[in-house]
Amino acid sequence: MRVAQRIRDKLTAALQPLRLDIRDESHRHAGHAGARPEGESHFHVEIVAAAFAGESRIARQRRIYALLAEELAGPVHALGLTTLTPEEDSRN
Amino acid sequence: MSTTTNPTVIDRIKQDIADNPVVLFMKGTPVFPQCGFSAAVVQILTHLGVKFKGIDVLADPEIRQGIKEFSSWPTIPQLYVKGEFVGGCDIVREMFEAGELGEVFKGKGVEIRG
Repeated sequence: MRVAQRIRDKLTAALQPLRLDIRDESHRHAGHAGARPEGESHFHVEIVAAAFAGESRIARQRRIYALLAEELAGPVHALGLTTLTPEEDSRN
Repeated sequence: MSTTTNPTVIDRIKQDIADNPVVLFMKGTPVFPQCGFSAAVVQILTHLGVKFKGIDVLADPEIRQGIKEFSSWPTIPQLYVKGEFVGGCDIVREMFEAGELGEVFKGKGVEIRG
């Protein structure tokens, strides 16, 4: 299965996000350390989930990192994160 | 991936964050960052006029692995202020944009510009 789809499946199952945007930014890092010829090495994930309410930014990101530990130890070289509650998202 | 970091590496990390009010574990140096995420944090700290010590994890694979375990945080860069982990690139950027980062420095008695 492709990496982006695995990320989507894992985050969806664990966090039931209201919104989940996964951007593959690998093309911006072509030739750079950690870039793979097949792409899918650099991602930015923007996720809106009620589960983040009351959690610090660090706690939210740690949660994502734990869910995606396998991907981070493997093909994913960089993972940018925007983690929002539905309330924070509606303010933007 | 091995998780048995040499204890002296952890001691060195502890010493660095104890000896320096603001420490950035990064790829490359503040003058020549080797990664866009590290460069972004350097730019923010420079913009705020914060003095910091940059530690190049690319120069030391043991520190590179050790800091990830020490912070329970799998990515670089990592910012420490007065011994406390503040976050990585996304968090530093979000806090800066929300006007919170300057307050963190002021609250911890770290001098910033203006």
